[in-house]
Amino acid sequence: MATLGDLERTVMDLLWATPEAMTANRLRDAIAEAPSGEVGRELAVTTVLTVLSRLEKKGLVERERDSRPHRYRSVTSREDHTAELMHEVLVTAPDREAVLARFIGSVTASEAETLRKLLGGS
Amino acid sequence: MFWASYLLAALAIILAWPAPIALSRAAWPARAPFTAMVLWQSIALAGGLSMIGAMLVWGLEPLGDNLVSASAGFFSILFDDDSAQTLGVIHVFAISAATLLFGHLVFTLALTFVRIRRQRSRHRDMLNLLSSPAADQPATLVISHPAPVAYCLPGGARSVTVMSDGLMDLLSRAELDAVLTHENAHLHQRHHLLLWAFAAWRAALPWLPTSQLAQRSVSELIEMLADDEALRHVDEPTLVRAIAIVGSGALPSPADALDDPLGEEGRSGPVPGASDVSGGAADARSTAHRLRRLLTPLPPLNRIQQGLALSTAGMLLVVPPVLLVAPELLG
Repeated sequence: MATLGDLERTVMDLLWATPEAMTANRLRDAIAEAPSGEVGRELAVTTVLTVLSRLEKKGLVERERDSRPHRYRSVTSREDHTAELMHEVLVTAPDREAVLARFIGSVTASEAETLRKLLGGS
Repeated sequence: MFWASYLLAALAIILAWPAPIALSRAAWPARAPFTAMVLWQSIALAGGLSMIGAMLVWGLEPLGDNLVSASAGFFSILFDDDSAQTLGVIHVFAISAATLLFGHLVFTLALTFVRIRRQRSRHRDMLNLLSSPAADQPATLVISHPAPVAYCLPGGARSVTVMSDGLMDLLSRAELDAVLTHENAHLHQRHHLLLWAFAAWRAALPWLPTSQLAQRSVSELIEMLADDEALRHVDEPTLVRAIAIVGSGALPSPADALDDPLGEEGRSGPVPGASDVSGGAADARSTAHRLRRLLTPLPPLNRIQQGLALSTAGMLLVVPPVLLVAPELLG
């Protein structure tokens, strides 16, 4: 049995892979055709809609309001989301100076020699 | 009771300024990171306790000649409508300040906990969508990003280590093992709990030198502890290469790096940050300290030095409570 998390992942993968917006019906068909074994093949459209509304609440998916039935698209690309997530991890350091440059400015001759050997040997 | 409150105040001042400054400048913590960590914890705990205790004891002084009878007197004023004549405005002020400070510390601790947990859960949600499990490592996720990044996301049974495919491209198998062992050490040794406590301490009293110095030193010390754990599985050169590569954000060319230190600045990638979500990462200064420590290993502290540092930590935890009840013990 696939969890909601797995379903969210499958739906996002499909939306990220498709440039145009998709209806819940088309998404359900695409999931049924997908080779992935972990997500059940026959999903009810209501299940897909539940997943889509969860994703919409999380700000990952937006709905085109002028079309009936509603069509859904991803808000930004997978790469943008990854970059944003890595930004959280990377940027919070108080100083983002190059570590090696800073370190090398302050090493003794013997430390520099050791480091040179180590890096050269890689 | 006055002398006890003055001694507590003196201790609070020592633990807020000179002691943390001396400890953060000392060189020995790199030789005994665990001992230094214990000392930082006792400085923070004893510092908070003596700050609150000094004001409390001073404020309650007119109500009794020891803390127990004074507290009883205070509660009978609060609840039994006893006359508050004995308490001057300044005493009420000191008692209120002690209560407020205590409430502020507990509240900030809780608030920081909730904030970090919410941030982690959002981060975990996004990882679920964006990353895939590593092929041959349990509890390890791979995310597609060019910068060499590795960090751990604590969360009990759901703790994971995350690495980027940029990191996997740059590091050899042994170097990758070094990085993963380092991150797993953060998780096993529960470093995120230390980071949480000291982040809260800093958020509560940001203007106090001790809280800033403590947070910075503690995040550096946990990196050293994790390095020591990694050294039990890989050799020193492998770990040094891994740290240098992750720290500089790119595979450093030794010639450029050593001959033209300033030239390095422009093309280096980002430095893994001490993020709230991760269970420990490093800034540039602490990476330099870690490299130096591995390149020029110093002997660990001897037993006498270790014992001295640990008994100082023990004393710090015993003295404030003793001062609080001492007037009673001495009659």
